[in-house]
Amino acid sequence: MPRQLHLSAAVDSPGRFDAGHFTALARHAERAALDFVTLDDSYAPEPHRLDALATFARLAPLTRGLGLVPTVTTTHTEPFHTSISVNTLDWVSEGRAGWLIGISDTEAQARAFGRKGVAPADELWAEAADAAEVAARLWDSWEDDAEIRDVATGRFIDRGKLHYIDFAGPHFSVRGPSITPRPPQGRPVIAVPVSAADLAPGAPAGSRARVETAARYADVVLLDAPGPAARLTAATELRLRAGEGLRILARLTADLPDGASISALIREVTEGGGGVDGFHLVPADPARDLAAVADHVVPALRERGLFRTGYTGTTLRDHLGLGRPANRYAPATPAPAAPTATAAAHAEVTR
Amino acid sequence: MTDRPLKQIHLAAHFPGVNNTTVWTDPASRSQIEFASFRHLAETAERGRFDFFFLAEGLRLREVNGLIHDLDVVGRPESITVLGALAAVTTHLGLAATVNATFNEPYELARRFASLDHLSGGRAAWNVVTSSDAFTGENFRRGGFLDRADRYTRAAEFVQLAREFWDGGLVRHSGPQFDVEGRLSLPRPPQGHPVVIQAGDSDEGREFAAATADIIFSRHSTLTAGQAFHTDVKRRLAAYGRKPDELKIMPGVTYVLGDTDEEATERAAEIRRAQVGPRTAIAYLEQVWGIDLSDHDPDGPLPTADPVVDSTVVQGRTRIGDPLEIAARWRAVAAEKRLSSRELVIEVTGRQSFIGTPAAVAEQLDAYVQNDAADGFILVPHLTPGGLDDFVDQVVPLLQERGVFRTEYTGTTLRDHLGLPVPGRR
Ligand SMILES: Cc1cc2nc3c(=O)[nH]c(=O)nc-3n(C[C@H](O)[C@H](O)[C@H](O)COP(=O)(O)O)c2cc1C
Repeated sequence: MPRQLHLSAAVDSPGRFDAGHFTALARHAERAALDFVTLDDSYAPEPHRLDALATFARLAPLTRGLGLVPTVTTTHTEPFHTSISVNTLDWVSEGRAGWLIGISDTEAQARAFGRKGVAPADELWAEAADAAEVAARLWDSWEDDAEIRDVATGRFIDRGKLHYIDFAGPHFSVRGPSITPRPPQGRPVIAVPVSAADLAPGAPAGSRARVETAARYADVVLLDAPGPAARLTAATELRLRAGEGLRILARLTADLPDGASISALIREVTEGGGGVDGFHLVPADPARDLAAVADHVVPALRERGLFRTGYTGTTLRDHLGLGRPANRYAPATPAPAAPTATAAAHAEVTR
Repeated sequence: MTDRPLKQIHLAAHFPGVNNTTVWTDPASRSQIEFASFRHLAETAERGRFDFFFLAEGLRLREVNGLIHDLDVVGRPESITVLGALAAVTTHLGLAATVNATFNEPYELARRFASLDHLSGGRAAWNVVTSSDAFTGENFRRGGFLDRADRYTRAAEFVQLAREFWDGGLVRHSGPQFDVEGRLSLPRPPQGHPVVIQAGDSDEGREFAAATADIIFSRHSTLTAGQAFHTDVKRRLAAYGRKPDELKIMPGVTYVLGDTDEEATERAAEIRRAQVGPRTAIAYLEQVWGIDLSDHDPDGPLPTADPVVDSTVVQGRTRIGDPLEIAARWRAVAAEKRLSSRELVIEVTGRQSFIGTPAAVAEQLDAYVQNDAADGFILVPHLTPGGLDDFVDQVVPLLQERGVFRTEYTGTTLRDHLGLPVPGRR
């Protein structure tokens, strides 16, 4: 069997504020069995849009398999809130949450918060890395079996299995533990956008800090590269830095008004995959193009044996072929078991 | 009383998660974190035509003597995210999140609530709580800098600013707490402003509510205390150009039902014993005495030592008042009723407000409202997630028969349910 592609899509829809619109897009994506969808966000007044994480929370109960990866920025937000919000998205979606890390690098966004000025991009990405570190530690701050409900001793939790994270950095310090139990996936999937230019020799400090953050914390990189050759170079470089556990999806515009454009996209996805694990489709017209992806592009890939015919696992980590991470605070144990909570919750929905 | 039409009761459902009234030892108790539990309670509340569903918040795990408190339910989700998901599986139910004004920023929070209001078709509410403790601040950039006196100053400026953001257009604001300029990326929310709830009982808290809130979540659950609170708070409204029915008073209350009053009373006592186990009783005493009492016998008399004022033994809980005064009061009750430490705690911390047959409970709830001790109730069930089932099946129909509770939703937004108009733009 040929190597399986990973496919995801953006559902950005400036000016849309109705849940129904996003639900319809998610249904196309889920029909296509895409790994996940993304929704971009920032604190800029334009484009007009809703909070991305809230939008995906709204989609979670209406979908069954689709991964949900909203952008959450790290410059003006509280890492503690970000950690519990992404964690909660994982709970409400039963293990399908991710986090696309973003920064806020404009004066307008800084003024909207009024707490600090605009820092250079390298500092903002270093802060983003600290936020990712804090989030990951908070997710681990509850061991999977911390909740014991021991009637005999009256103890609800084993407090020995809750951990202070004691993070201290230049921008914030966070004591922990989390107020939210460890998410179903252990740690939701972290994605970072990187462009080939960020990886070029002599790239500016901000680019280098972004790549550094991706190499340390990303499970998925959304790669912007102009064509197959640049893709291959960038992907090779990324793997060298981050190791084989990283999934690299190349961004690809999906502008699909007619059969010719659909055939062209199928060709590109089939043949242009040098070095990457798959593609992140960015539709020009989300409703039209995601329908075309589900109706034409994905079926063609399935015919060639390049893409799954349906979800084979239940979590986003399952779709991406990423294992459930061990807990850094737990004593080393043989292969961590899948969380029974998720299985039980799924059984509930299936019935 | 007879010369005015019957007041309509407002009802809300408090999710029984992290709360010392939640009984987790009951075999019927389920997860406090899985979405299925939130969904069950919300669907039950909507079946009962409730005004809204309510989530509390606590941003740091409680500690006693430097150790994480392990006797009560621990572990809660981030509220706005859960409510976003619940918006998908409900159609009319209001969705209220408690969010701290000390550890958030107006632009971000205004945007999140506006998003929830859009995604739910106008059902969002924000319970504005305040905090000044450095203990919780250790989880945040801001740390614990805020003076106790500044809590409501910040909250008031915060809410005002949030409303300006909701109204749309460019907001320029420079005040003691915030110096910001910005414009939200989304239209005015369907409700104009999401509903604002206030929960805090000090004089400043009441004044803040009178100036700002649509609902007060209070603790006064006896008839006379409720009436006094009602009179006090409603009197404050005129100074802000507001009418009495523009602020709804909804105490948090518990209830226990039985086929007979005796059976209900017996069940209530069992629930109290489950809520206050021997170690929980000690934890309560430590909260007042401010000293380590791990060696104290819960079945013996109260500690003989006097409480330590301003102790840091217990962290992450709302302060409950002057410890010396509380200890004196508890000693008097224990002496009069000959109670052990645990029995005393069971007696004085009881917030079981309504106990009896469904008919008796319906009648009492109605009497509270018709006699102006409340405008409605935030019901706090003791079981997750099935704790509201019996109330909705047995009490709600009786309230409907009395003509004091809606049989169908007549509007779609939370403001509709509460009879509150969409506010004009400033
Ligand atoms: C009924 C009620 C519920 C409350 N719920 C919360 C809560 O969920 N989270 C929180 O941080 N504080 C909560 N508080 C605390 C208040 O925000 C406030 O900090 C506290 O009441 C002290 O303020 P005060 O001095 O005005 O009474 C609650 C208070 C009351 C009275």
